Amino acid sequence: MNTYLLTNLIYIVAAVLFIFGLKMLTSPVTARKGNLISAIGMLLAVVVTLLSKGIIDYKWIAAGIIAGSIIGAFSARVVAMTQMPQMVALFNGFGGITSLFVGWAAYHVMTAFDLFTTTTVFLAVLIGGVTFSGSLVAWGKLATYISGRPILFRGQTFLNGTLFIGTLVAGSLLLMNLQNGYSYSYAIFIGIIILSLALGILVVIPIGGADMPVVISLLNSYSGIAGCAAGFAIQNNILIVAGALVGASGIILTNVMCKAMNRSITNVLFGGFGATATKGDMEIEGEVKPISPEDTYFILEAASSVVFVPGYGMAVAQAQHTLRELGDILEENGSEVRYAIHPVAGRMPGHMNVLLAEANVPYDKLVEMDDINKTIASVDVCVVIGANDVVNPAARESKSSPIYGMPVINVDQAKTVIVLKRSMAPGFAGIDNNLFYKENARMLFGDAKSSIGTIVSEFKKS
Amino acid sequence: MDAITCSYCREACLISMSMVLILAIFVGFEVISKVPARLHTPLMSGSNAISGITLVGAILAAGHAGDSLTIILGTSAVIFATINVVGGYMVTDRMLEMFKKKPDGGEK
Repeated sequence: MNTYLLTNLIYIVAAVLFIFGLKMLTSPVTARKGNLISAIGMLLAVVVTLLSKGIIDYKWIAAGIIAGSIIGAFSARVVAMTQMPQMVALFNGFGGITSLFVGWAAYHVMTAFDLFTTTTVFLAVLIGGVTFSGSLVAWGKLATYISGRPILFRGQTFLNGTLFIGTLVAGSLLLMNLQNGYSYSYAIFIGIIILSLALGILVVIPIGGADMPVVISLLNSYSGIAGCAAGFAIQNNILIVAGALVGASGIILTNVMCKAMNRSITNVLFGGFGATATKGDMEIEGEVKPISPEDTYFILEAASSVVFVPGYGMAVAQAQHTLRELGDILEENGSEVRYAIHPVAGRMPGHMNVLLAEANVPYDKLVEMDDINKTIASVDVCVVIGANDVVNPAARESKSSPIYGMPVINVDQAKTVIVLKRSMAPGFAGIDNNLFYKENARMLFGDAKSSIGTIVSEFKKS
Repeated sequence: MDAITCSYCREACLISMSMVLILAIFVGFEVISKVPARLHTPLMSGSNAISGITLVGAILAAGHAGDSLTIILGTSAVIFATINVVGGYMVTDRMLEMFKKKPDGGEK
């Protein structure tokens, strides 16, 4: 059989397997099998590509695949679940750089310059470059190699706009000079690569740490779109299909995250949210009432329903295992225990779910925000662990608050709220939280893991 | 290789690729919007793995005998894409393995 035909038939099979794999991800029961099916699709696509006629030299391919497999397998095994956001950010970047290189290689060997192929190469390089450098900045922020605070300077929007227009101008120069001397166009092409890398960095540095769930979702989508453009450039259908699936997934997640913060995507990208601590004009009444772990034990011991609300602080303190232990003890004690998850808790979509799953919390104990809010008034004790902005009642009460209108978990409506917190420092968005001053709130200061550990040992003593 | 086959039917090829793109976007939205919030992290790492499909393009670039720049670009692209594929699928599997119903709540 004609290899071209065979290759493309196998690509169709691979595309079907990708779609089935994603479809099985709709339930935790089938998800693991779905991931395997998707991986089989990938294997088929790669093997059939290796067999294609155009390949003359295998030694570099083999070297690359071996090196990549070792690095990939190693990092997948050692990465801690708390570090998943960094890993995903880095992988988004790798997707971007691959598209950039594939586009560049396609341009480098191009003999007949036609408008269509050059346009798609331009897009693959531009989107790939932005994805790569932007993801590296996001990775640095998430891994705290660079400050998570937004980096803002005067004329930033103007500079970004100028760079973006500059890239488009360079792109049109490239397209208009298809016949004019190779070296001239090539210089423009290299210029485009540099501009796109600079653009990626500048677009992500003004975005604060708390907005990272949106940014990595968006970059996830870009890495797919870049792959799509590369697929058009080398005229390969499987790249187009897979790129479109990833692009769609990233856009859906971006949308979910934006909705959960009640912000538009433009506001996230250009808002520089959290650069300065904003004080709402709302009068904060009452005072902070600290509580000791021992007293917390008495409250929890008497509670018949307990809801834990984890946030990024739980990930930082690595408190998920101790928390699960406390949850088990409370259940044995006869309390109803649930875990309420805000969609943007943590640094990436679904971050808290993964951490709690790692700690062996059964997923049917995890409740989404809208469901818990319906019944929160009947909850005896809400325990907030390292979450801040996602439980801030200012989102409901204070019209002047920057987070006004954001859906939050209404923990202040529970009978008692215990907030585990390191200190009184404001959360990532830099907004004061009047939850801490409410009549029914108690503050348990200190490291979340050791505080919960003390409560657990109190239970064991009795 | 594909490019040569397509060169004499450029318009038809462009149209069919665009058709593939549009349909894939619709299927993607339809399927992925049903993924529950609790599985969003595995969805992201899984889509990292799928975006490693550019490995196919990287292999074609690295395997064509070209000058040293093409080989460098192709080989680097193969490395990065393979990291995405292997790392993405493995870490997703590791995560999904933890998503179990554990009625006994016992230690692993």
